[in-house]
Amino acid sequence: MVSTDIPPGRLRVQAGRLQISGNWTLEHHAALKAAVRANRGVTESADETLDLSDLAGLDTAGASLLVELLGAERVKRIRDWAPDLPAERQALLETVAGALETPLTPERRRSAPLADMLVALGERIHALWQQQRQLLGFMGLTLAALTVSLLRPWRWRITSLVSHIHQTGLNAVPIVALLTFLVGAVVAFLGATVLRDFGATIYTVNLVAFAFLREFGVLLAAILLAGRTASAFTAQIGSMKANEEVDAIRALGLDPIELLVLPRLLAMMVTLPILTFVGMLSGILGGAMVCQLMLDIPMVQFIAILQRDIPLNHFLVGIGKAPLFAFLIAVIGCLEGFKVSGSARSVGEHTTSSVVQSIFMVILLDAVAALFFMEMGW
Amino acid sequence: MSRAEEAVIRVRGLVNRFGSHVVHQDLDLDIRRGEILGVVGGSGTGKSVLLRSIVGLKRPDGGRVEVFGEDLQQLPSRQRSRLERRFGVLFQRGALFSSLNLQENVALPLIEHARLPRADAEALGRLKLALAGLPPDAALKMPAELSGGMIKRAALARALALDPEVLFLDEPTAGLDPIGAADFDRLIMTLRDAMGLSVFLVTHDLDTLYTACDRVAVLSQRRVLVADRLSVVEASDDAWIRDYFHGPRGRAAHRAAHPSEAD
Repeated sequence: MVSTDIPPGRLRVQAGRLQISGNWTLEHHAALKAAVRANRGVTESADETLDLSDLAGLDTAGASLLVELLGAERVKRIRDWAPDLPAERQALLETVAGALETPLTPERRRSAPLADMLVALGERIHALWQQQRQLLGFMGLTLAALTVSLLRPWRWRITSLVSHIHQTGLNAVPIVALLTFLVGAVVAFLGATVLRDFGATIYTVNLVAFAFLREFGVLLAAILLAGRTASAFTAQIGSMKANEEVDAIRALGLDPIELLVLPRLLAMMVTLPILTFVGMLSGILGGAMVCQLMLDIPMVQFIAILQRDIPLNHFLVGIGKAPLFAFLIAVIGCLEGFKVSGSARSVGEHTTSSVVQSIFMVILLDAVAALFFMEMGW
Repeated sequence: MSRAEEAVIRVRGLVNRFGSHVVHQDLDLDIRRGEILGVVGGSGTGKSVLLRSIVGLKRPDGGRVEVFGEDLQQLPSRQRSRLERRFGVLFQRGALFSSLNLQENVALPLIEHARLPRADAEALGRLKLALAGLPPDAALKMPAELSGGMIKRAALARALALDPEVLFLDEPTAGLDPIGAADFDRLIMTLRDAMGLSVFLVTHDLDTLYTACDRVAVLSQRRVLVADRLSVVEASDDAWIRDYFHGPRGRAAHRAAHPSEAD
C-alpha cells in the first residue's frame, strides 16, 4: 500500500479491450466509483477482452468496485479468465464477490411522518404512565423490605449505612452551607430593596427567617442532594447492573433491595434532615450578614427579633418535609439504576433521568405541601 | 522467500512495568509479513500489555517497537497516526461504539480517515460485515442487541475497515462456543489469505493455536521464551510449556489437529 508513486486506478476502453490498471484502493474511491458508474455499459463484452495485467494496488474497497463493474458471477470465475493475476489478488476478489452475491442493503421500514409522530406521542405517554406505576411499585417493595429488615436487627448493615451517610451527608455539608449562605444573602438584599419603600426594612429579618425555615432550607438541600446523590446512586447501581453484579446478588439468594437500596435510602433519610438544618442555619446567617452590613441591624437585634416573631412551627413545617424528600430522591435514584441495561449509553440516560425526575418530584411535592400547610394555617 | 521472512513489526528490549511490578524485561519479538503469530502465556504474563504497547496504547518504559521499520515513539503525531491506520485491533470485548449501529461502527473510520461520503462508507461497511460473516440484516442492529459471537465478528469488521496490513486480535475466540470458535479461526485464515494480513493473535484457545497459527510465541518470565513453529515450541523442555502443550487439553487439541498420529 505504499502508493504515492503508483498512479491512481484507471479504467480504459481501448480497441475493444477493457483495461483496468493502477491503484484500486480506498484513497481513490470517489474517482474510481465515478469511472465505474460511467462505464457500466461496456462490460457486457466477453471475458477475453478484460485486461487486469496492469493492476497495481487492490484492497477491499477497490475489489468491491470491480465486483460492481463486472458483476459478482464473473468475478467469482476470475481464475478462468485472469489466470495470470497473483493468487492473493484472485483470493481477495473471490472473497469479496462471494460476500456481495446477496444484496447487502437491509430493508428499512417505510415511514409515514404523521403516524410516526402519533406513535411517538403515544409511546411517550404510555412510558410516563409505566414509569409512575413502576415508581409506586418500587416504593412498595422498598417499604416492605424496610419493614422486614427493621424487625431483624442482626441484618442491619451498619457499615454500609455509615459509609453512605459519610458520602451523601458529610461530604455535602460544605456545598450546602455555602449555597444556602449565598441564597440567604440574596433574599435579604431583595427584602431590603423592596421593603425600603415602605420604611419596613426591619422586616427583612422575618422574610429571611420565614423563607429559610419553611421552604428554602429544605428545598435547596433536597435539590442539591438530587443532583449530587441521586445521580451517584443511579450510576453506582447502573454500572453494577451492566456488570451483572445485581444478577449475581440475586443468584446468591440475596435481596438486592436489602443490600443496595436500604442502606442508601436510610442514609439519605438521616442526612437530608441534618443538611436541611445546616442549610437553614447558614441561610439565616447569610441574611444576618447582609442585615448587619447594609441595614445596620446588629446580630443581637437580629436574634432577638427571631426569638420574638418566629414560632417553632415554621421550623417543624420545613424539617418535616425533609425525610419525605429524602425517600423520594433515594427511591428514584435507585430505581433508575435498576433500569439500566447493558450499555454505557444507558447508564448516562438513566442518570440524567433520575436527576430530572427527583428534582421535579421534590418541587412538585413542595408546592403541594405549601398549599396544604397554608390551608391548614400551620 | 525473503519477502515472507521480512518482519513488519520488530520489538527489541521492551520493558514494561506498573509501579514496581515488572511485566516485561528485555522482550524481543518479530511479526513477519503474512503470518499468523499466536501469543500464549499464563494469566498475568502481559500478553495484552504487549499488544497495547505495540499498537501504541501504552508507552513502553524502555526498548524499541519498530513498525514497518520505523519507531512509533519517535515519530511526529501525524505520521504516527498514518502508521496506526495500517493496524486493525480487535479488543477482547469488542469495544463497539454502543451509540452507533453496526454499519455506522464500521463506516466511522472510513468517513474520518478516507473521507468517503456517508452512503459509500456505509456500503463498504456492509461489505466488511458480510466479509466477517454477518447476515445483511445485522447492519442496522445496535451492539446491545447482539450475541457474543456476533459482537466479535462486528468488531473484526471494524478492525478491517481500513484494510489494515497487521491485525491484532485479543482473545478473539474467548467466550465463543466451539462451533463459533472454529468458524472464527477459519474466517481469520480466509481473510489472511485474501487480504494478505499479518496477524498478532493473543489466545488461550489451544485449538486456535493448532489450526490457525503459523508460529507461536510463548510469554513467560517477563520475556518471550520461544517463538517458532508449533512443533518446535511443543518440543521445548521448559516446564510451563510442557504443562501447557502436554496437559490433557493440549494433547486433545494436538490429536484433533493431527488425526493420523495415534498416540
